[in-house]
Amino acid sequence: MSEPEETKPVKSIKAPMRLEYQYTAGQATSRYLRGIGQGRILGQRCPSCRKVYVPPRGSCPRCAVATTEEVQLSDKGTVTTFAIVRVPSENISVPLPFASVHILLDGADIPFFSVVQGCPLEQVRIGMRVRAEWVPREDLAPTATSIRWFVPIDEPDVPFEKLEAAL
Amino acid sequence: MKGPITEVEGVLSAPHVLEYPYRRSVGPVLSRFFSALRERRILGVKTAAGRVLVPPSEADPETGAAVSDEFVEVGPGGVVTAWSWVTRPREKQPLAQPFGWALIRLDGADTALLHAVDAGEIGHMRTGMRVRPRWRAETVGEIGDIACFEPERAGGAR
Repeated sequence: MSEPEETKPVKSIKAPMRLEYQYTAGQATSRYLRGIGQGRILGQRCPSCRKVYVPPRGSCPRCAVATTEEVQLSDKGTVTTFAIVRVPSENISVPLPFASVHILLDGADIPFFSVVQGCPLEQVRIGMRVRAEWVPREDLAPTATSIRWFVPIDEPDVPFEKLEAAL
Repeated sequence: MKGPITEVEGVLSAPHVLEYPYRRSVGPVLSRFFSALRERRILGVKTAAGRVLVPPSEADPETGAAVSDEFVEVGPGGVVTAWSWVTRPREKQPLAQPFGWALIRLDGADTALLHAVDAGEIGHMRTGMRVRPRWRAETVGEIGDIACFEPERAGGAR
């Protein structure tokens, strides 16, 4: 017979870390979030090096100039790196397991952080083609969760050499 | 975290909580400490030199040597050795009203334990004041089993 819970030695304690922020998006990211709320992904192009950033932060970190030219990007892209998440946590809302991924959206020059679901995870690989799965139209809002996750699409893999520059 | 998205001059803003819901293993020495808290007792551990560490640790902070296997009950009362006052407590802090964070050397201990003191107002806090624990109705084996400490004199004890 096992001991009742209240007399067993304490083996572990809850030790949560919690940081409460008020996040202010800034002009460029606010435009991006409003686009997300309409089911569109907006980036910005650097006037100097021509690189397209998504989500845009309003400036090019390489050239140190403001980015003002808005670019609408595809919601299709290519996985540039990934990790499989199998460990549950009470604050993860995506069903486990899933792949945490970087995706280079078509037309963008930096990868974008998201999640891949909806396929056997052993199939997730660098170069894999994916597309955003949006929440239903009526639930779209200016928040990252409007894209539920990315799902694979039936297109040939992108060779690593074509991704390398954006890593 | 979900929260209201606000907008000022076209710029969006929203609450953002970064939270890691960790659970950590406590090891054999703190296991004794937390198990005793569940029974409303506070345990320290003796070092090789005979000093009593509260909260107990696996090594003597002065020498790095392993502590003895002798645990002793301390307190429940003690003395505030240092403190600071929290004017506007945050949501997850131990008390909703202004309180003091204090280092408390419990009777029989040689080191001090960090905990909240419900002194009511800053003017009632002082180094050297005597305090005693206020236990939660339900204890589960964590530091929060002591809801806070309170001034001994206010309640008329001792």
